[in-house]
Amino acid sequence: MNATTAKRLNLAGLVITLLTVFIAVLWAFPLYWGVISSLKPEDEVVRRYIELWPDTLTFSHYYFALTQTQIGVWYLNSIVTALAITVLTVGSSMFCGYAISQLQFPFRRVLWWLILASFMVPMQVLIVNHFELMARFGLINTWAGIVLPQLIHPVVIIVYKHFFDNVPKDFREAAAMDNASEWRILTRIYMPMNWGVTTALAIVTFIWSWNAFLWPFLAVTKTEMMTITVGITQVNDAFGVYYARELSAAVLAGLPVAVAYLIFQRRVTQAITLSAGIKG
Amino acid sequence: MMLRNKRNEAIVALLLVAPFVAIYGLIFIYPTIRLLIISFQDAPLIGSGEFVGLENYTRLWGDRRFNTAFWNTAYFVAITVIPGTLVAFAIALGINRLKGRVQALVLAMFFLPYILPVSVVYLIWDWTLNFQFGIAMYIFDILGIDRVPVFKSTVWFMPAVGLITIWWTAGFSILLFLSGLRAIPAEIYEAAALDNASRLTTFRQLTWPLMWPVTALVLTIQLILQLKIFDQVYLFSVGGRPNDNLVLVYYVFQRAFQYDQGGRAAAAAVVLFIIVIVVSVLNFQLTRLSKGRE
Repeated sequence: MNATTAKRLNLAGLVITLLTVFIAVLWAFPLYWGVISSLKPEDEVVRRYIELWPDTLTFSHYYFALTQTQIGVWYLNSIVTALAITVLTVGSSMFCGYAISQLQFPFRRVLWWLILASFMVPMQVLIVNHFELMARFGLINTWAGIVLPQLIHPVVIIVYKHFFDNVPKDFREAAAMDNASEWRILTRIYMPMNWGVTTALAIVTFIWSWNAFLWPFLAVTKTEMMTITVGITQVNDAFGVYYARELSAAVLAGLPVAVAYLIFQRRVTQAITLSAGIKG
Repeated sequence: MMLRNKRNEAIVALLLVAPFVAIYGLIFIYPTIRLLIISFQDAPLIGSGEFVGLENYTRLWGDRRFNTAFWNTAYFVAITVIPGTLVAFAIALGINRLKGRVQALVLAMFFLPYILPVSVVYLIWDWTLNFQFGIAMYIFDILGIDRVPVFKSTVWFMPAVGLITIWWTAGFSILLFLSGLRAIPAEIYEAAALDNASRLTTFRQLTWPLMWPVTALVLTIQLILQLKIFDQVYLFSVGGRPNDNLVLVYYVFQRAFQYDQGGRAAAAAVVLFIIVIVVSVLNFQLTRLSKGRE
């Protein structure tokens, strides 16, 4: 390679890098704009020119959202339902994945094929039947009604099964020699081995549940039972045309998952690549 | 002794799978069977109705709203799946060149929208594209383009929601492309550099073929995801022209929850169900075929 081509290539590389950073800034800009608008006084928000930094910073919209709307209850509903979905999904999936991977029992293959098949089914097509079922149980407008239909995440079982498949057989044999019970083998050997996978799956399940829209939107008709994701879209009337107030509610709704992602970045990306990789 | 152990094992296993199987039966198997049954009935939202044979299905073809929903879904898939995948691939190639903290920061900037709930995405873009005060409109003004009430216009609605969807979900695809790019051994590139291969040749003959499996995976996931589109379309339609913006899940929602026609909603849901399964199976066969040829 002669010097001029090397130089040209480096220049091209520099251009690509700068372009990537520029697009990243552009990409994140709507988020910045939403947050910054929520911190401006209402009259500044509707000024007819672009202001990248407010003249006056104010938290009054947050104060308003927190005190004058039911955002506190929505937070509670979101936290309770998302945590319940996470614990129940991860727990039942871990047990099921372990049994399918390590134990012999009747209909094992059938169950495995059913789980793989349910992966393809769009859960949105079941909304009518889920609603009918929850209505019959009297669970509309309850936490249980929000939680139950969201407990099917076949991918979590699939990830666990593959993980347990890859644990060397020696561990089981050694434990069996000591006459350890299946329960002990699972809780003392296999579970501690996969805390990493478990935390990763728990974090993404929590994020999925927190963000769920369609089902919580259908399962709840009373304002005080809404999750925050649904609640903030239903208050336009109460807010009138106060953009900054709407945006402050949006920031409050997005904050928990954004913070969870920023703290657990590596775990989140690990879980997502794991669960998508399985599909291929 | 052996026998006892085997039986014991089966009992433990059944206890372990029981919670999942119970949930699965109640929330998946039973509703799926009910869906098929009521799709042949003149049923309301809750409960059963008279058996009407294929009427719910045949009526779909004459229903203008269903046609709108079907073609809007196809249109939405067309404008999001391939463009979204290409954009994500290009961005991943760019990020892959960066190193350390800068790389982590840039990835986070692209990934953060994916983490956010749809309603947050909706409020932010509703504000950004606001007809009177949206920042996008100032940019339109500066560029001398006429302002458009994006979400109230039939022409601009789908493209705008498509663009927002790409913005929202690209982080996920970028992540998959990045992990694919990282899996390519550095020696392959070193060999190419020794051969004096140009950047373009290296990309065409090495990166692209090696990345094809990941690309196929991202395309499949995107395709299945976008066929089920509802949330964004519904939210942006509020106060606009929902009947022009119908997509398949929206149609199911409208029939069931706004017109109390559970049977007709179920028939439409079954059609979507079949489309997704056919697409999945076709895709699976195609990937297997292309793998077999290599």
